[in-house]
Amino acid sequence: MAPNAMIGSPIKRREDPRLITGHATYTDDMTPAGTVYLHMVRSPHGHANIKSINVDAAHKIPGVLAIFTGDEMKKEVGPLAAVSVGGHPIPDHFSIASGKVRCLGEIVAAVVADSRYHARDAAELVEVDYEPLPAIIDMEKAYKGESGLVHDSIPNNLAATLEFGNDVTDAFKNAEIVVEQRYVNQRMAPNPIENRVVLAQFRTGDESLLITTSTQIPHILRTLLSGVLSIPEHLIRVVAPEVGGGFGCKLNIYAEEVIACYAAKKLGKPVKWTETRSEGMVATIHGRDQIDYIRIAATKDGMITGLDITAYCNMGAYLQLLSSSIPVLCGVICNGAYAMPAVHFKALCIYTNTTPTDAYRGAGRPEATYMIERLVTLLAHRLGMDPMELRRKNFIKDFPYASPLGLMFDSGNYATAMDKAMEIFGYDEMRKMQADALKEGRYIGIGQSTYVEVCGLGPGQGMTTARGYECATIRAELTGKVTVFTGISPHGQGQETSFAQIVADNFGIPMEDVIIKHGDTENTPYGMGTYGSRGTAVGGGALMLAVDSIKEKAKKIAAFQLEANAEDIVFEDGKFSVSGTPSRSITFQEVCLKAYVDPKMAPVIEPGLEATRYFEPGNFVFPFGTHLCATEIDADTGDVKILKYIAVDDCGNQINPMLVAGQVHGGLTQGIAQALFEEVVYDENGQLISGTLMDYTVPTASELPFYTLDHTTTPSPSNPLGVKGIGEAGTIASTPCVVNAVVDALRPFNIDDIQMPLRPEKLWKIIHQGTQNGNGHGAAQSVVQQHFGDDNK
Amino acid sequence: MKRTVKLTINGTVYERDIEPRTLLVHFLRDELGLTGTHIGCDTSQCGACTVSVNGQSLKSCTAFAVQLGGADVMTIEGLAPEGELDPIQMGFWEQHGLQCGYCTPGMIMQTRQLLDRNPNPSEAEIRRGIEGNLCRCTGYQNIIKAVQWAAQHAKQADTAIPTANAPEVDASELVKMP
Repeated sequence: MAPNAMIGSPIKRREDPRLITGHATYTDDMTPAGTVYLHMVRSPHGHANIKSINVDAAHKIPGVLAIFTGDEMKKEVGPLAAVSVGGHPIPDHFSIASGKVRCLGEIVAAVVADSRYHARDAAELVEVDYEPLPAIIDMEKAYKGESGLVHDSIPNNLAATLEFGNDVTDAFKNAEIVVEQRYVNQRMAPNPIENRVVLAQFRTGDESLLITTSTQIPHILRTLLSGVLSIPEHLIRVVAPEVGGGFGCKLNIYAEEVIACYAAKKLGKPVKWTETRSEGMVATIHGRDQIDYIRIAATKDGMITGLDITAYCNMGAYLQLLSSSIPVLCGVICNGAYAMPAVHFKALCIYTNTTPTDAYRGAGRPEATYMIERLVTLLAHRLGMDPMELRRKNFIKDFPYASPLGLMFDSGNYATAMDKAMEIFGYDEMRKMQADALKEGRYIGIGQSTYVEVCGLGPGQGMTTARGYECATIRAELTGKVTVFTGISPHGQGQETSFAQIVADNFGIPMEDVIIKHGDTENTPYGMGTYGSRGTAVGGGALMLAVDSIKEKAKKIAAFQLEANAEDIVFEDGKFSVSGTPSRSITFQEVCLKAYVDPKMAPVIEPGLEATRYFEPGNFVFPFGTHLCATEIDADTGDVKILKYIAVDDCGNQINPMLVAGQVHGGLTQGIAQALFEEVVYDENGQLISGTLMDYTVPTASELPFYTLDHTTTPSPSNPLGVKGIGEAGTIASTPCVVNAVVDALRPFNIDDIQMPLRPEKLWKIIHQGTQNGNGHGAAQSVVQQHFGDDNK
Repeated sequence: MKRTVKLTINGTVYERDIEPRTLLVHFLRDELGLTGTHIGCDTSQCGACTVSVNGQSLKSCTAFAVQLGGADVMTIEGLAPEGELDPIQMGFWEQHGLQCGYCTPGMIMQTRQLLDRNPNPSEAEIRRGIEGNLCRCTGYQNIIKAVQWAAQHAKQADTAIPTANAPEVDASELVKMP
């Protein structure tokens, strides 16, 4: 491929040959000599005192090497690390519980044996005497103090209160119309197909620890493990090898990682822990689980004048790394794509006896987008307006836009994306078809989502607790090949390909001459990892800065070689030449060689051709777009069929459109799965009803539609590549789009809301039992009104 | 109390003494080091461990190795000769049918059976044919295109994939206690 043609091209992935042949190496594929196996004993109760633990019988199983309990481990190992947003307290969360368990699946003992099977045999013989306590599951009751305390020192189970925005009192007092709702954003389980796996190796002698783990954040994990284990950071190496998906749930420090390291140090053997799927359903963080009370104020002609939200956010039993940061990402973007003078968001973060929640694809932004996109459609319905027209009227049009919630929206052309989506969808014809179908007794609905999200974490000053940046090292080798070390940690996103495209284009060299290294703290510079749609937006920025530094030095070398001034050197198509005299030139590869070997340069230019640069963006990026979908509800079965799904997304410049499309497909699917299928369900005793993949409905190919994608291109001014993130956009946009479509289809039954997931049983009941609001399909108006009082109207 | 099991895997005969409760997938991965076959669940939902046993797809977490004595097993490592790619593998590469790659070996092995039985499947037939295999990354769209690509190119090459419909076999025949 010609130089300068790679950026923007759908180039096949270089990751794939090893993955399609079975030669890739995930953590569980590694078994160093002498490896022993770790298995956890977990609480079968949601809330209980631990009265005693008896490990005698377990020790008799052949091959058992050690059994660890919380009381013992606590003496040497600190609690897990978590971020406190604004200084709220973080209750101690030890890797192995002692005294009390606060959620189903909490670890009470850890067994190490010579085989996976022996470790499980022994774990089953560990006898734990529990005194069960009433489980605190319903977070609204938990907050009212009606059901007891998860942590004795924390009244009302209130982990934190977060508040953003300005005063909305006048907006609601003066409003011509107010619409209010209670939306439930149900709990989800991320379920990457590779469960979490940890392999810890401690080397006695130099006292160093090597931990290979299925993580999205090797560098951050290394720092955190150092603190928790009291092992100096420079003696720890974290490797994230091939990682089989993350979706946010591998953006953490987990108990099992700490226990594996502790066991490896105690036993002097490699220790491996492999999570089973059913175990992961309680041991790995959950996502979402938010109840939102939302009201919107507007004029009769559909101009939004105010928005007010109180969100109950379920933290689970403890704070994992970013549990209380997720509501922040919800609050700051809750106005969506709409300009409005007054917005107020308040989050009440609540403890319950459930698995902790944390980042799951979108993390806060799906919750924000769900409620605003649902409510704006409802507002249009109440006003008798078309939902697209109401949106068009309220779109943010001038950029940069400073929102009342403190964000600066970087760039956008919301109406352009909407027009394109409506044209592809055939909006007017579809509305006509919908009306015709209803006459035949068929329920077709049209849903929309004109989302905007905030990602590319993060700007140096925009983060709550730490700076936000990414790092890249580029080493131009002596032979003209290029090795790139990035601080991001891709696990399916494809940056081994897209970053090579960027570097090869910039140096005018073949892509085969570039290799991208990631995921090993021993050879990559300190980076934040891959999450929050930041890989290319921030990691790509660091890459471009390093490219510039290499070019700068290369020009000096070229100037020396060509006996010219560095300012007169131009670089084009892989050649450095003297401006105006293209015949006097030297190739990129020749410059590389000279950089390392030419003795004549010794007095003037330092050897080597390598650069390490950090990119700390000045702002977030704000991808946006319009999704439209048409659904038909089968009146006999309640089944939802997606007739058409159109996604027009704008993620700025696209480095590799094939990878962008892949991200959108996957994102859409996870968002649609929340709308229609998936839900983590606890019963009132804290038992998990949806504890395996038999009960938790990850969709199969049969349940999904074929997506039609298109895009607009509005470059971001926030980074050198002009890119915006795309990993989470599909998930953020698609959930409200599908629910809006189903509610639209069932409007004849006078409903405003149906609680997700929209399973056939619920829809069948609406069609056949004429269920109205308040009977389990959305909240009764009285419930919502209690919440906001009567300063509304 | 170990039992001896003898299996042909990717054309090589292996004989090992193993615990009778050893699952085929653990036998492949832990005993033989064939780690291309993955484990994604413990309830036989995800299909990441799909291999071919006597020409038919089997989720290798659902059978004990000792149940399959004498069977002919093919894993992802045996699908194409070293250094070459099967048209199915090429289809997944061409059409971006994978992201994290974890479900891919199982998905490819299942595709092999699908195309074996129906060399020219419709979109709906492909969706049904791979519904025992979960993918969390791709939304399946590019997997479907990958299967279509493979179907098209298998016909052109007329090699790697048998074009005749394989006979439906009763699954219970596969898993017989020794």
